[in-house]
Amino acid sequence: MDDKELHEKYNAYVQAKIPKTKNFPSLFYSYLVGGLICMLGQGISDTLLAIFPSMTKDAASAWMLIGLIFLASFLTGLGVYDRIGVFAGAGSIVPITGFSNSIASPAIEYKKEGIIFGLCVKMFSVAGPVIVNGLAVSIIVGIIYMFL
Amino acid sequence: MWLMYLNVFLVGGLICMIGQILLIKTNITSSRILVLFVVIGAILEALGLYEPIVNFAGAGALVPITGFGRSLAKGAVDAIKTQGFLGVFTGGLTATAGGIAAAVIFAYLFALIFNSRTKKY
Repeated sequence: MDDKELHEKYNAYVQAKIPKTKNFPSLFYSYLVGGLICMLGQGISDTLLAIFPSMTKDAASAWMLIGLIFLASFLTGLGVYDRIGVFAGAGSIVPITGFSNSIASPAIEYKKEGIIFGLCVKMFSVAGPVIVNGLAVSIIVGIIYMFL
Repeated sequence: MWLMYLNVFLVGGLICMIGQILLIKTNITSSRILVLFVVIGAILEALGLYEPIVNFAGAGALVPITGFGRSLAKGAVDAIKTQGFLGVFTGGLTATAGGIAAAVIFAYLFALIFNSRTKKY
């Protein structure tokens, strides 16, 4: 058996073993969970505006995001968020709660390798690229805006 | 007011479902989806296309990670108006500082409290 044939056989084997996501239920659940998380956010922000009438809309949105982030890291710590992620897919990744989960999850996972080199380093393994690329785009946008 | 919640659900859910379609069709990893969506959000905001969505859907456009990209771009543009060229560097992170600080400190806190558990599913 030559190398090429071996590679093809291996690829077919990998394809057979990759967990298949069922298309329609997963689309439905991602829509449902993502929409519900956003509605929860809107609820928090409206409640804050009702309790503190002097609060600006931007401040209420900022507190709302902080609240959702707190909730998501807490649920990640309890191990509940990963279970939601199993059936919600992108519905639990795309909202800001998924960003929070992507920081909390490796932090908890790698705690056993030490606080500094485990927890604090691995914390940014997913969020790092997000912040780096987002910041780069924001600087490019700023420079373009500056000269237009 | 209650109609607003319908808009929030429809738009927020739609953005998440686009992510799910990418996950299914392209086998893209979830971290790449996050990066992609932040960049898309920032570009849409720069083109002035994201603000109408925020006005229409409120949290439905702010909670998805595209809203994070929107804050980065909006922060840079707003800071340039008050601080000039320095705003290019300070604006983006200032606008998103609350979210990043909260995500980091709560992750730190809960990672110290909770231990990882074996996944059963």
